[in-house]
Amino acid sequence: MTLASEQTQLDWGAPSQPKASGGLAWGALAAVVAILGVATLVLFNLRGLLAREVLSSSAADAAMVAVLAACTLLVWPASRAIAASFRVQPNLAAGDLVAARIAAASSREWSFITLGYGAAALLVLGGIAFFTANDGQVSKTFFDAKLIRDFTPLVAKAFMVNVLIFMCAEVLVLIWGLLVAIARLIPGEAGRPVRFLATVYCDIFRGFPVIITVYLVGFGIPLAGLPFLGDLPLPCYAIFALTLVYGAYVAEVYRSGIDSVHWSQMAAARSLGLSHLQALRHVIVPQAIRRIIPPLLNDFIGLQKDTALVQVIGVLDSFNQSRIIASNHFNLSAVTIVGLLFVLITIPQARLVDRLVEHDQRRMRAGG
Amino acid sequence: MPLLEMLGVRKAFGSHDVLRGLDLSVNEHQVVCLIGPSGCGKSTLLRCINGLEGIQDGEIRLAGDRVSGPGVDIDRLRRNVGIVFQSFNLFPHMSVLENVTLAPICVLKQPRAEAEARAMALLKRIGLEAKARDYPDRLSGGQQQRVAIVRALAMDPKVMLLDEITSALDPELVSDVLDIVRDLARQGMTLMLATHEMGFAREVASKVCFLFEGRVHEEGPPDKMFGDPEEERTRGFLKRIIEAGRL
Ligand SMILES: Nc1ncnc2c1ncn2[C@@H]1O[C@H](COP(=O)(O)OP(=O)(O)OP(=O)(O)O)[C@@H](O)[C@H]1O
Ligand SMILES: [Mg+2]
Repeated sequence: MTLASEQTQLDWGAPSQPKASGGLAWGALAAVVAILGVATLVLFNLRGLLAREVLSSSAADAAMVAVLAACTLLVWPASRAIAASFRVQPNLAAGDLVAARIAAASSREWSFITLGYGAAALLVLGGIAFFTANDGQVSKTFFDAKLIRDFTPLVAKAFMVNVLIFMCAEVLVLIWGLLVAIARLIPGEAGRPVRFLATVYCDIFRGFPVIITVYLVGFGIPLAGLPFLGDLPLPCYAIFALTLVYGAYVAEVYRSGIDSVHWSQMAAARSLGLSHLQALRHVIVPQAIRRIIPPLLNDFIGLQKDTALVQVIGVLDSFNQSRIIASNHFNLSAVTIVGLLFVLITIPQARLVDRLVEHDQRRMRAGG
Repeated sequence: MPLLEMLGVRKAFGSHDVLRGLDLSVNEHQVVCLIGPSGCGKSTLLRCINGLEGIQDGEIRLAGDRVSGPGVDIDRLRRNVGIVFQSFNLFPHMSVLENVTLAPICVLKQPRAEAEARAMALLKRIGLEAKARDYPDRLSGGQQQRVAIVRALAMDPKVMLLDEITSALDPELVSDVLDIVRDLARQGMTLMLATHEMGFAREVASKVCFLFEGRVHEEGPPDKMFGDPEEERTRGFLKRIIEAGRL
């Protein structure tokens, strides 16, 4: 009773007025004008640079015109913002508060669109300015077209060493990680020491910086003068070191995947007479695998990038090769190639992870 | 000799005593219904019989052979004692047919063709042979529970334990599942079921056991138990059930 009477007495206050919009709209227009000025300056600078390097072409000119035109397009949302803000006062005067509020809201939205796209344009222009700075030295240091053309085959060939290392390491990590995960899940008192050792291993190697592991393994094992192990080819040590580190990560991935399958599935399988191992193999692991693949691929992407660290023990991989080229030519373009090669192999995997995650979420929404 | 026998069974979770010296026996072809307030240990008892939980004291016997404690061939026990859970627990990554044939193939080493033929015959009996290739998430709760029952039956158990198999179902799906249980009882399967469906218990049970304070507080034929129970506690429990409109 009291609740209801309170509600009827609730004070709604005066109807809300349209938000201020005019200043914002004019500000947006001013920002567009400023951006156009900056664009003209930056592109003019770029054009001069290309002319000096005898690189001018009609294609480059066309691209610059396109950038300028894109910036000019910003005038359109800014003008819509101003037009909308002009509709606020007449509507207020006519007593149409709702129409006035709509006009103001629309004006503010167009202003924000202008500012958002304007900020992006400024960032791009800033990037161009950075690379054309100091008479183009910056861009030449990282992206010397001639060096890139000449040395891509050599660097790509050395990149095969990275590919070999991560492929071997990935296979070993899959097996080793599963063994460690199973060791961490052994039940009962008898399993306690093995569980403990596996946990210690995971803790140590998840904390150990990769570069230090590679260094210690790559220099330490040959130094210790062990028979056979002492004189393997260098990439073997790299593979071994990466397997040690990523085995610890991947064991965790496996373990959380197995843990994520509800225990009632284990109970159901066991109650049908399946042994612990049979239940794992037919019921638990197949369900865990689906959830494991995305984080596993993420770890693999990390592993692939970390193959660039094996140069600290002198493996002639792509990074090492590119550093040699870089110091011979006082130019880092060859190193840029390495980075781009890594990006190139990572993108498809990243997209695959995205699709798997999306697929999984769809399944969960559909299946419950 | 009873087929299934519990003698002084004690089960505690930490310091929480759930079963405190429980005695109960089930003869062949009997249908025993466990009733009692929530938390009185009905599910725990069934899980102990199936070896999913260990017991602290007492013993459980199947056909005269001790099946609790150390040294028991637990997988053999589970081949003889099937259990169906309240929450179905079908394997979501397998089709209905694969769910039913997994244990016969893996555990009984039946040839796949034979296991599938038997599974199809069982699915036909519950009217779900058309769903054999579907995955569990395409089935209604009632259909899933019927598949879960068939999955346990495919192992040819001597005893079936049913733990509140209808309480997760919408009311209109309950009767299909109960029909199967009724069929099983008629065919002479030995059944032990925990249930809140008192009407159904009264209809199919040969013996009703009221669990209270970790023991069988009172047991008897259904007419006696539901019509004229001896014990104060049993009467109180049934009165509340009737007030809730479930009898
Ligand atoms: N794994 C466990 N760990 C600790 N306590 C448990 C566990 N399982 C059950 N219990 C406790 O044991 C008691 C009996 O539980 P149980 O599930 O057997 O009851 P129930 O008779 O089946 O009840 P309901 O009718 O609600 O299903 C409860 O108090 C519960 O909290
Ligand atoms: Mg229960």
